[in-house]
Amino acid sequence: MSETITKIREISTEKITEAVRGLCMKAACDLPEDVEKLIEEGLEKEESQFGKYSLEKILKNVKLSREEDVPMCQDTGMTVILVEVGQDLHVTGGSLVDAINEGVRQGYEDGYLRKSVVADPVLDRKNTGDNTPAVIHTEVVPGDQLRIQVLPKGAGSENMGAVKMCKPSEGLDGVVDFIVNSITQAGGNPCPPVIVGVGIGGTMDKCTLLAKKALARHAGEPHPNPEYAELEKKLLEKINKLGIGPQGFGGKVTALAVHIETYPTHIAMMPVCVTLNCHAARHKEAIL
Amino acid sequence: MATIKKITTPLTYEQVKDLKAGDQVSITGVIYSARDAAHKILVDLLAEGKELPVDFNDQVVYYAGPTPAKPGKVIGSCGPTTSGRMDAYSPTMMEQGLKGMIGKGPRSKAVIDSMKENGAVYFAAIGGAAALIADTIQKVDIVAFPELGPEAIRRMEVVDYPCIVAIDSLGNDLYELGVQQYKQVD
Repeated sequence: MSETITKIREISTEKITEAVRGLCMKAACDLPEDVEKLIEEGLEKEESQFGKYSLEKILKNVKLSREEDVPMCQDTGMTVILVEVGQDLHVTGGSLVDAINEGVRQGYEDGYLRKSVVADPVLDRKNTGDNTPAVIHTEVVPGDQLRIQVLPKGAGSENMGAVKMCKPSEGLDGVVDFIVNSITQAGGNPCPPVIVGVGIGGTMDKCTLLAKKALARHAGEPHPNPEYAELEKKLLEKINKLGIGPQGFGGKVTALAVHIETYPTHIAMMPVCVTLNCHAARHKEAIL
Repeated sequence: MATIKKITTPLTYEQVKDLKAGDQVSITGVIYSARDAAHKILVDLLAEGKELPVDFNDQVVYYAGPTPAKPGKVIGSCGPTTSGRMDAYSPTMMEQGLKGMIGKGPRSKAVIDSMKENGAVYFAAIGGAAALIADTIQKVDIVAFPELGPEAIRRMEVVDYPCIVAIDSLGNDLYELGVQQYKQVD
C-alpha cells in the first residue's frame, strides 16, 4: 500500500498582517496601471468638454497621488479582502481573520487613510475608528500558498449596485436589460467612468460574490469564454451609448470595462448582480 | 470650456443669479464641510428649535470627509462625496440661508425646487480627484461635532477650489442637459 505524504507549509500571522497592512496603504495611493490605461484611452474617445475636463483632472490626480503617496480619493473604502488559502498551508500564531483585520487596522492608521466603518449598520452607527472589520471572503484552494487581494470599496459606487433574481424565461435580453438599466439608474452617482462587475448564476449570495470577483480581475481583460467576452463587449457599447459620461456630465465614456463571472445555477433561477467600481478602481494583491 | 468664473464666499444673491449650469468656477474663501451624520444632527437641532453651531446664512457647504492629514499638511485627500445622500436635509439647510452646495452627482427634484425658491446653486467637483482638490485647501479647523471624526464640520479656507456649476438657481441641470446631448438610441 502506497501513501502520499503531503508536506504542510507554515505561515505566521505576523507575515499576513504585514502583507495586508502594505496592500491597504499601496492600494489607496497607487492606481493600478491597467485602470489608468483605460482612463487614458477613455480621454482619447471622449468628445464632451466636461467629460474631457473630468478625465484630465482624474488622470492628473492619479499621478499626483502616486508621486506624493497620498490617497487618490478621500473615501479609502470599506476593505473587501478576497483570500485564497491553500489547503496545504497552516497558519500559525493565531487567527487568520484577526491577522487580516490587524493588517487593515495598521494600514489605515499608518497610511493616514480614512476610517469609514460604523460598528452597527442601523442603530447608533458609531465609527469603529480603525476601519475594521474588513469584509473577508475566504476560499480554500489546492496548494500551499496564500493569495490576498485587497479591494478598498468606496461607498459612492458600492451604493449603486443591484441584484435581480431574473426568471429563466427573461433570457439573455433580460440579463442585458437589467445590467444596462442598473447603470442608467446609477447615473452620475458612482463617479463614472465605472468598471462594471457582473455576477450571473449560483444563488443570490453567490452571484454577488461573483460580481465582486469580476471587479478584482485585471481591468479590461476579456472573459476567457469567447461568448462571454463578446457579451462584455456588447454591454460596454450599450452602456457607453447611455450618454451619462464622466461624472455624469454627459459624454461617451460612462464605463471603462465590463467584467462578467458566471456559475451554474438552479433549473428555476437566473440571478444577476451588478456591482460598480468608480474610476479609482483600486485593487492590489500579494501571494505569500 | 470658456473662461473660469472666480467667485468668493460668502455668496450674495447677485453672485448666485450670475452662475449658470455649465460654468466653470473657482471658489476662494471659507466653505464648511458636512456629510450625512452632521446634516442629520443639524436638522434634528432645528426641529428641536435649537441654535446651530454654525450660521449657514450665505455660506457654502462642502459634502466631504477628508482623510487624516499627514505630518506637515493641513488636510489629507478631500474630494466630494455623493450629494444625493444629503437630499433629505438640503431644503431645510437652504431655508437657513445656505446659498451653495459642493458635491458630486445629481440632486432630487425637491432639492432643485428649493434651490429655485431660496436662490441657491449646486457645484459639482470631480469625484475621486481628492489629492488634487486638497491642494486648494489652505487652512482647516473643526468647528462642530469633533466626535464624528471624518464627518465633523470643518471650516476650510480655500483658494481657487475648482468646480462646475451643475445646477443653477433657475433649475438648469447639467446632469439632464449633458446626458440628453450624448444619449444615443440603439
